[in-house]
Amino acid sequence: MIKVRIPTPLRPLTKGQGEVEATAANISEMIETLNSAHPGLKDRLCDDKGELRRFVNIYVNEEDIRFLNGKDTSLKDGDEVSIVPAIAGGN
Amino acid sequence: MEFTEAQLERYSRHIILNEVGGKGQKKLSQAKVLIIGAGGLGSPAALYLAAAGVGTLGLVDGDVVDLSNLQRQILHTTDRIGVPKVESGRQTLAALNPDITVKTYQENVSAENIMRLFHDYDIIVDGSDNFSTRFLINDACFFAKKTLISGSIFRFEGQLATIKPHEGFPCYRCLYPEPPPAGLVPNCQEAGVLGVLAGTIGVLQAAEAIKEILKVGDTLADKLLIYDALDMKFRKVSRPKDPNCRLCGPHPTIKNLSGDYAVSCAI
Repeated sequence: MIKVRIPTPLRPLTKGQGEVEATAANISEMIETLNSAHPGLKDRLCDDKGELRRFVNIYVNEEDIRFLNGKDTSLKDGDEVSIVPAIAGGN
Repeated sequence: MEFTEAQLERYSRHIILNEVGGKGQKKLSQAKVLIIGAGGLGSPAALYLAAAGVGTLGLVDGDVVDLSNLQRQILHTTDRIGVPKVESGRQTLAALNPDITVKTYQENVSAENIMRLFHDYDIIVDGSDNFSTRFLINDACFFAKKTLISGSIFRFEGQLATIKPHEGFPCYRCLYPEPPPAGLVPNCQEAGVLGVLAGTIGVLQAAEAIKEILKVGDTLADKLLIYDALDMKFRKVSRPKDPNCRLCGPHPTIKNLSGDYAVSCAI
């Protein structure tokens, strides 16, 4: 089981939950699993080609998956995944 | 420049700190910090930088004070509704600390004016409110070799990073290569933000700026700080330099500010 931290902008899709649990061997699987439980989530994370959007980062523990193995980055029991989209408010 | 008796007293709680001392306080008085946006983030950042004795503060903002700003923009007051934010900010900062110089620029940053605005400053504090401006500021800081203290807020969530690719650290595009297309995310008015969140992140920006001036402590130069006010959680994640970065990588494709930085009101 892994814990996935959901950012504020995506919480409407998880009924307001800031953290959800998932069972997955890698990030691709995790996205599919999450999308089954929370339809629409995948569209917010990935573009039409299934690639991770360039203003959304996913961290396994503290590491950005773009600098690991991207969506093939493997997951193990107890990992904490954070989804962190860019935000731009300041005013 | 020697401190007067009144200044020694004003800054006494700084001067007794080993990490600051008289030398550090002098560095603060000689520092020049430009704050982009005299709003949610810019207000608390400017107040603490002024109180700390940062000698020259620049405020950039093209807007006037609106009633709906006052829930979070603590530079401004009810009787200044309709007054340019930079002028309202100057009055507040001058009343707090008459020793410092506050320069005002009543304009919005653009690719045309940004290098002129940056010219006289050492550190840039980003309190802007849209992606286009944030990417423009990042790119301009890279070309002008200025340290950028980047903060952003959305609803209950804040992000903070110190950006200095000129010292070998990653830029903002190493973290997020591209802004989202307009329309995919809510616009400024729709979004909403917890007022005090602006204070939390803006004050942390001031702390990072002061540490850059004093050259003390660890900074967020290779980390991203994420704050969730609802969960009361701070977390730091690693922020490596992207070897394929279009701006600061070895084979850049962004070589000047001629790209598309048109402002869309998207957060």
